[in-house]
Amino acid sequence: MPEENATWKEATIGGVVLRPGSTVAYKTGTWRTMRPVHDTDSCTHCMICWVFCPDSAIIVEDGRWVAFDYDHCKGCGICASVCPIKTEAHEHTGEAGKVIQMVLEQD
Amino acid sequence: MVKSTRLALDGAHAASTAMRQINPDVVAAYPITPQTAVVQTFSQYVADGVVDTEFMAVESEHAAMSACIGASAAGGRVMTATAANGLALMWEMVYIAASMRLPIVMTVVNRALSAPLNIHCDHSDSMGARDAGWIQLYSETAQEAYDNLIQAVRIAEHPDLLLPVMVMQDGFITGHGVERVEVLDEGLVKEFIGTYKPKYSLLDVDEPKTFGAWDMYDYYFEHKRQQTDAFSKAMNVIVDVGEEYGQLSGRGYGIFESYALDDAEMAIVVLSSASGTARSVVKKLRGEGVKIGLLKPRVFRPFPSQELAAALKGVKAVAVLDRSISFGAMDGAGPLYLELCAALFASGLGTKVVNYIFGLGGRDIFPEHFEQVASDLQQIAATGEVKSLVGYLGLRE
Repeated sequence: MPEENATWKEATIGGVVLRPGSTVAYKTGTWRTMRPVHDTDSCTHCMICWVFCPDSAIIVEDGRWVAFDYDHCKGCGICASVCPIKTEAHEHTGEAGKVIQMVLEQD
Repeated sequence: MVKSTRLALDGAHAASTAMRQINPDVVAAYPITPQTAVVQTFSQYVADGVVDTEFMAVESEHAAMSACIGASAAGGRVMTATAANGLALMWEMVYIAASMRLPIVMTVVNRALSAPLNIHCDHSDSMGARDAGWIQLYSETAQEAYDNLIQAVRIAEHPDLLLPVMVMQDGFITGHGVERVEVLDEGLVKEFIGTYKPKYSLLDVDEPKTFGAWDMYDYYFEHKRQQTDAFSKAMNVIVDVGEEYGQLSGRGYGIFESYALDDAEMAIVVLSSASGTARSVVKKLRGEGVKIGLLKPRVFRPFPSQELAAALKGVKAVAVLDRSISFGAMDGAGPLYLELCAALFASGLGTKVVNYIFGLGGRDIFPEHFEQVASDLQQIAATGEVKSLVGYLGLRE
């Protein structure tokens, strides 16, 4: 495995990545302009967001929703789109709607 | 043991015969005139069980090259074939195959790109792909198409290269023209190509790899530099493989073929089937005392700059014939001319070089055309004056 900042003579041919799971080290969370927020009280832990998240950024333990992995979540909004559970007043936004809602990154 | 068999084959069947003897792990292809006979015949070999190949009849050429990339990344020996618009539709994946350093071997039966719609030969298809990162070998005859394809496997898979190879033959003229072809004993071919041992495999579950990964400003540049480094090593490999093939078959291959060039004052440079007509005219003119020779490049990528400059060193006037146009290039010249001019200039040679565009969309080229070129060259050699850089042969003016 070449070191960081390998020269062209050291880098692997064709950009083949020899170390599995290396995307963990690549923090894509900085790409985000909006982030998902979650209403813990209303969540039924159906795991539909976990199934659909294209970046494996839903952290689950013992079959229960635990957190968003904001280091890797790109803010695509798929989790908020597919979330099937409603809440009267979201714990972050205060608005009626889904358990997962999107807010501006700075909010 | 029978070393080879003499068969009557057209270029397409010569290519599918080579593919049968190579017996690749995977062939993914889509039929397109005039390449159809290559994959149609090969798919029959698959159906008849004479090869072990997994044949994938895909929905397009884009899918064909995509499937080839996946199969090659998995570690298989992979081949395909296409022509013209099929190659154009593959475009995205043609670059990706080369950049991922996958040694795929592809026959291209040269055909004019649309529009207007045309199915006959010119080199606009493969010349358009000249910067894609594939080695390009051009064949004059069905025999060369067969021989080049077998050598291409060895060249592509060489550990220093890992570059895909395109083997060209002229559509219809070579592809559908029946010639005498010496077909090697299958065992000799298998021995020559050996077994492919991939550097990495996508199917290596013990040591998983990622192919075609995200590669930003921090590494992309280095990977491009690696590609051009591989090309700098390719010429020696092509020469070595050509010599070794010569020992096996009696038909050695180099970077180019020259005819009557040693003491020539004038030279004609042309690729593929038209060089046969050129050779006969050069032979006739030599009989009349005209000091003219022929140079037929076999390898266009990597471009043999130094080798061609050395071969043309003593020549006063050169005519380069191109079967395609690099639209918008200097005076609307063709790619072979432009590259050769650059090579001669970089070598410090002030040789007078002119360009003739010919044969677009399958327009025939006749001995009279080469005689006209020779006459122009004699004028240039005598006066040192070039009246126009680019001319057209067989065009109604």
